[in-house]
Amino acid sequence: MHLDLFGRKHRIYVEEAGEGTPLLCLHTAGADGRQYRALMNDERVTRRHRVIAFDMPWHGKSSPPSGWHNEEYQLTSAHYTTMILDIMTALELDRPILIGCSIGGRIALHLALEHPQAFRAIIGLQAGAHVDPYYDLNFLHRPDVHGGEVCAAIVSGLVGPDAPDAERWETLWHYMQGGPGVFKGDLYFYKLDGDIRGRVTQIDTSRCPLFLLSGEYDYSCTPEETLAVAKSIPGSEVTIMKGLGHFPMSENPQEFLKHLLPVLEKIKGR
Amino acid sequence: MIEALKARVNGDEALVRRGRFLTTTFLLEVGQTGWLISIFEGRVMSVTSGPFVTPSSSFALRAPEQEWEKFWSSRPPPGSNDLMALIKRRVLKAEGNLQIFMANLRYFKEALAKLRSAGEAA
Repeated sequence: MHLDLFGRKHRIYVEEAGEGTPLLCLHTAGADGRQYRALMNDERVTRRHRVIAFDMPWHGKSSPPSGWHNEEYQLTSAHYTTMILDIMTALELDRPILIGCSIGGRIALHLALEHPQAFRAIIGLQAGAHVDPYYDLNFLHRPDVHGGEVCAAIVSGLVGPDAPDAERWETLWHYMQGGPGVFKGDLYFYKLDGDIRGRVTQIDTSRCPLFLLSGEYDYSCTPEETLAVAKSIPGSEVTIMKGLGHFPMSENPQEFLKHLLPVLEKIKGR
Repeated sequence: MIEALKARVNGDEALVRRGRFLTTTFLLEVGQTGWLISIFEGRVMSVTSGPFVTPSSSFALRAPEQEWEKFWSSRPPPGSNDLMALIKRRVLKAEGNLQIFMANLRYFKEALAKLRSAGEAA
């Protein structure tokens, strides 16, 4: 899809499957839309939902915009919000259900606060209001450390212990394939720019239902952090998913669907 | 227990192959007890316990004994299942030339996870 974003020409790669209520999927930092491959291939989801996942610019098959070679990529809350809303407009999506994981879960909170009318419901996976940096992010992008290897190694422990090997290692492969500095640029949003601690309490779930699902083994956005966010937002519904980690839809789709399908049923009933 | 690292790492052909460009000595501290672990081209050559007078190492990993015990249990609890999880909780201190640690992060995670009772990978 060709699209002008932030005043620049972009080519955005979009995948979709199924028919029905649009379900717009946001991938994690440093990865791409393949994380939602299982949702797109599960008839229980696709028979009632049009599942759509796009690769953010710089990610997956969405190349960076012309001129990228002299820039440092940094994702901001403003760009992330604009990107999602502009892609929704371009795809003519009418009040989709939004599902986002990690950075996608964080921006889901921003959207729940600032654009509740644009969504039928919002599902935040591994959604916390803020994460403090806990290692030197420069290690993710420097010539004497292999970017793909280190990005995957940084996140490998975020996969839950029960993930099937095939799904675990595919999830990590996506990280190994990220472009130089892209994971780091996404983390600028996750750890610095996207801090929403002071404002989450203003989210009005009567305008847009909010569901928060977090994996037990996520030490980046811990269950405690998700529970704290849920507690501060009246009307939000929270689930802690046993045995799962930071990439539920990708690391262990079958377990994740046990938690997601009831949420989709609830949204349908509203 | 830490001495088992040598046989367990060297017995894993794929791990040794991934470490083939890694030659270093690092210091592992389990509470008050220190261990110098020497690696040559991915193989653990020696595991020496302290106390040391003037230990020389490229970097050090230091955590209290009870934290390593949880990390080395057969199914570590959330927050103890990975070196980065320990670092995030500020109970594991990684100090020194961390370029070597980060450039070989998967190797170090998997090598240290070899000390789990069932010998599981990280």
